[in-house]
Amino acid sequence: MDLFHVSASPHTRDTVTTGRIMADVAIALIPASAFGVYYFGLNALVVLCVSMLTCVLTEYLYERLMKKAHTPYECSALVTGLLLGMNLPAGVPLWIPVIGGVFAILVVKQLYGGLGHNFMNPALAARCFLLICFAGRMTDFEVTGLAASGASSDTANLILNGAAGIDGISGATPLAVLKAGGSPELFDMFFGYTGGTIGETSALMLLIGAAYLLIRRVISIRIPLTYILTVVIFALCFGGRGFDGAYLLGQVLGGGLLLGAFFMATDYVTSPITPAGQIVFGALLGIFTGIFRIFGGSAEGVSYAIIFCNLLVPLIEKATMPAAFGVRRRRKG
Amino acid sequence: MNKYVERVYNGIIKENPTFVLMLGMCPTLAVTTSAMNGIGMGLTTAAVLVMSNMLISMLRKVIPDKVRMPAFIVVVASFVTIVQFLLQAYIPSLNESLGIYIPLIVVNCIILGRAEAYASKNPVVLSILDGLGMGLGFTAGLTLIDAFRELLGSGSVFGLQVMPDSYEPLTIFILAPGAFFVLAMLTAIQNKLKLKSATNKEGPGEGEERLACGGNCAQCSGMICETNHDRLKAAADAAREGTGQTISRTGTAASGRSRRDADGRKEE
Repeated sequence: MDLFHVSASPHTRDTVTTGRIMADVAIALIPASAFGVYYFGLNALVVLCVSMLTCVLTEYLYERLMKKAHTPYECSALVTGLLLGMNLPAGVPLWIPVIGGVFAILVVKQLYGGLGHNFMNPALAARCFLLICFAGRMTDFEVTGLAASGASSDTANLILNGAAGIDGISGATPLAVLKAGGSPELFDMFFGYTGGTIGETSALMLLIGAAYLLIRRVISIRIPLTYILTVVIFALCFGGRGFDGAYLLGQVLGGGLLLGAFFMATDYVTSPITPAGQIVFGALLGIFTGIFRIFGGSAEGVSYAIIFCNLLVPLIEKATMPAAFGVRRRRKG
Repeated sequence: MNKYVERVYNGIIKENPTFVLMLGMCPTLAVTTSAMNGIGMGLTTAAVLVMSNMLISMLRKVIPDKVRMPAFIVVVASFVTIVQFLLQAYIPSLNESLGIYIPLIVVNCIILGRAEAYASKNPVVLSILDGLGMGLGFTAGLTLIDAFRELLGSGSVFGLQVMPDSYEPLTIFILAPGAFFVLAMLTAIQNKLKLKSATNKEGPGEGEERLACGGNCAQCSGMICETNHDRLKAAADAAREGTGQTISRTGTAASGRSRRDADGRKEE
């Protein structure tokens, strides 16, 4: 009889596990990635699969070598792989997602102690690593589904050179058009018929996924909302186009802003836990994204903004930690 | 091992300034983009280190304790100036590629560190050998980091193409972040291989004294180990002569052990 069972708090537990949450994130990413595969062709699917497989395998091998508990059912490596794949152009050669996956899991996540100890988002850190290493290939958005899937290609060529080597219709990304001073087609951007990485083009599909996460209460609206609003306000003030609806909407729909705001900035490990901190975090993200996009050299700045603000999270949490009930906050003289 | 060889061995392997003491990180991270740079920087520093150690050791009884730091810097700065003039005259290409980092040798932690920790307390020949060992250790560290960075970042070593043409260089390795990656990886590897270095001893081995710091390497900057080592050795010598057992375990030793105990309890 275990009448007097003594245990430490917490005493009430929820049924939600890491695996459940990660599975929810993966489900929420399905519409956007499915659209990516539909629009960019089968090679996008191959890139996604290679990226996920590399991440899961790397985690398995590392845990095996280091004699740690295996964590395949936490699905965290799977989500990292999926996010990384969605952040790559469809035309990259297949060794790029492999290098990225190994870097994300091994260097950014496991060397710091695994899930919960990584100080920046693994998928985005890997994307930035690849972006610095292979700037040309990572910004080569020249392939579209119709062109690439129609062309017959031998597998070796595909692996070494990527689909971009075969055939392509060039299309500038909407953000590049905006930066050059033009106005992109907003309807195409909303539905996703533009150039970009596999997962970032379709605002509609990303919003469907985000709505699922919000309804399931996996994420809160604070970070994404403040992030997007700050970007809009920043573009309004410093964009140089005044109150131009098409320009502001273009800033929101274009590039990786929606993908980053809903799926990557809200990563539990690398975002603040305090509600006030989340709002500060979102605002900082928006400011940095605006600075990178409008004053920076390249058209896009979401990934750099997010990993940079990841580093500020401990400071933000320290500044916004609420006082415990009954404790009077000490005033600093 | 005789004490002269031991100094050189200590500098190159046991207390390698780059991988164990973690000193002189500024030139290590900044100039190591190609293997030639690494050797040049390393040897320049080694030359200054040997000469400054020599002079400081000679003057160790003359320099007043209160102004020793400025005195060391004056000595080091004059040698750096000489070396830079020599480089400008005879190897101008190296002088150009190292740039500002040559004058910055004046404030290099390794040089000031060795002057403070060793040369100002020890005889001349030993100090020269200590400088030589540390200098060579620094050169070896820089060259290793350089070689890996150059190999990964541009596919060559010492300017010779090593990787096949189809290799696409990971450009990040010749940029600043790459220096941190390579340094961390190499340090991890040598920690793994060199379990019995000064900062990485596990328990007391056969006939070895227990480390006074309790093996808490995360808190250690390298210097503590050396001082503790010296203190323990002195205590052991004293105990052997039977003069005083009371001084055998110093305060550091006790606190070190209790810290380890606390850690052990936390793990339970």
